[in-house]
Amino acid sequence: MIAVYKRELGAYFHSMTGYICCAFLVCCVGIYFMAANLFSGYPSFAYALNSSLFIFMLTTPILTMRSMAEDRRSKTDQLLLTSPVSVTKMVLGKYFAMLAVLALPCLLFCLCPLIIKLNGTATLAVDYATLLMFFLLGSVCIAVGLLVSSLTESQVIAAIGTFGAVLLLLLWNSLVSYIPSSAAASLVGFLLLDLLLGVVIHALTGNYLVSGIVTAVAAAGEVIVYLVQRSHFDNLLPTLLDKFSVTEVFSNFASYHLFDFTGLILYLSLDFLLVFITVQLIQRRRYC
Amino acid sequence: MIEIHDLVKRYGTQTAVDHLNLTVEPGQVCGLLGLNGAGKTTTMNMITGYLAPTEGQITVNGHDILEEAEEAKRCIGYLPDQPPLYTDMTVSEYLNFCAELKQLPKKERAEYIQKAVELTELQEVSGRLIRNLSKGYRQRVGLAQAILGLPDIIILDEPTDGLDPRQINEMLALIRKLGEAHTVILSSHKLSEVQLACDRIVILHQGRVIADGRPEELEQQLNAAATLTLTALADRAQVESILSGIDGISNVTLSGEDGQVTAQLEYTPSNDPRQAIFFAFADARLPLIELKTTTASLEQVFLSLTQEDAPETAEPAPDTASDVEAEPLPDTQEEEEDS
Repeated sequence: MIAVYKRELGAYFHSMTGYICCAFLVCCVGIYFMAANLFSGYPSFAYALNSSLFIFMLTTPILTMRSMAEDRRSKTDQLLLTSPVSVTKMVLGKYFAMLAVLALPCLLFCLCPLIIKLNGTATLAVDYATLLMFFLLGSVCIAVGLLVSSLTESQVIAAIGTFGAVLLLLLWNSLVSYIPSSAAASLVGFLLLDLLLGVVIHALTGNYLVSGIVTAVAAAGEVIVYLVQRSHFDNLLPTLLDKFSVTEVFSNFASYHLFDFTGLILYLSLDFLLVFITVQLIQRRRYC
Repeated sequence: MIEIHDLVKRYGTQTAVDHLNLTVEPGQVCGLLGLNGAGKTTTMNMITGYLAPTEGQITVNGHDILEEAEEAKRCIGYLPDQPPLYTDMTVSEYLNFCAELKQLPKKERAEYIQKAVELTELQEVSGRLIRNLSKGYRQRVGLAQAILGLPDIIILDEPTDGLDPRQINEMLALIRKLGEAHTVILSSHKLSEVQLACDRIVILHQGRVIADGRPEELEQQLNAAATLTLTALADRAQVESILSGIDGISNVTLSGEDGQVTAQLEYTPSNDPRQAIFFAFADARLPLIELKTTTASLEQVFLSLTQEDAPETAEPAPDTASDVEAEPLPDTQEEEEDS
């Protein structure tokens, strides 16, 4: 794992990729820091971070597009997969290398609250907690990019796919508000989710029977609950989807100065889940 | 030691490897031979754990490649058909990375890398970026990666592909040298190379083993009539009449214009007709300018085996057989068709 980690990190800084990502992040956050904190005198660095979340749409695809796709195209995955390193370790090595690239600008940002402090009062605890969440949100985006990159051999497709997925993550809140809140709409939404679950299970196991049974059981359960106690389904889907809003978690930290522990867990579980699916997809490909 | 039991690999409805059984003993240099698409690469990819078999079992030094993957993979060095190189690294950086990836003990890493570089003669280019190296050097870097740490089993997929004739000789010499202390499996569709480097040849065709043995044994398998080629400065009718008077020859085919005619014929090896032919032409005062025999070579074994098999399995499209055969050895193929 360490070998893969070192090689990937080296590759990011042998090429321009690592520098570009760091530069974008530093530039973007730097502009907001300058404008909001230094010139307008707003004492919270968290505000600057909250305003610059959109930069992940740009940096994540650049960082993640080659992670898996390039290996497949140049056949170096044959070297990695035939060496005595498990797929999990290989994927983690790559993932941690990307996190390390993200960590560099974040370390630099650690100075910003101190600069504010030098010039007056600062909310250090809030700022550092928000910075941690900024890093973790970045890690979620990178995990999304890793997954997308493992689906294709083409870096361009990986980049575009990641851009779309990160866009969806960041707009999640606003999009969820367009979902109708009636019970029937929620049921339809859940049935669609069941179908999606079935597709995912089939993609991972290649087994029609298992995916079919899981989908059917889940769908039947929902329909029964709906028929028995319809009011349970009122506004259920939007409420549930809202729980996965990563930006809402972030604004809890940045705007409301809350240490949202469940949000932290949400970020970490998303990381885990996405990396897990990536590993499974790569394992699965050997059987195709 | 590699043991393969009932190996099957299907890609959708296509069967790439079909119930393959193979045991490679330690210290053997085993050549997998076959036309393109015979299942050589797929088999190697399964032995090395890159692909999982649809059915069957592979054990490497007693470790199952799926269940004890890490132990099994530790025994194997693999050079795939396209060397898996990171072109943004220098040769020495790349080999260092591979050494770490293969979890070679830290203290011995430098020594192993040194040894691999020496064996593949990469000393001059060790500081250069792989992207700037020629195809031959890239292939050698790939080989250095495969033999790094001197694993028990070395698997080479078309190691001479893309090399110039001198490099091919060097590569084969190196493989023979490696074969002294390691189990080597190599694949190729060029028979002459396999014949030079291997002490066992396995011929694959459409995913099945159709011949297996030492090169000499395989040559003996084809005990068919020997062929003879002669060229005379004569007319077709004259050649025909002279040859018809000689015993023990068959399947005469004539080619060429009147004035210089080439004849190909078969004879039973126990009864060499060359002397009779010589005197017959001398009596007729027709000069023979060429008279040579060709005994069955391994190439013919290979072609006849792959040809015999082709029609029954490729029934829906009978002309595919001749398409495929044209590829490896066009010269011999003409002979085959004529006879």
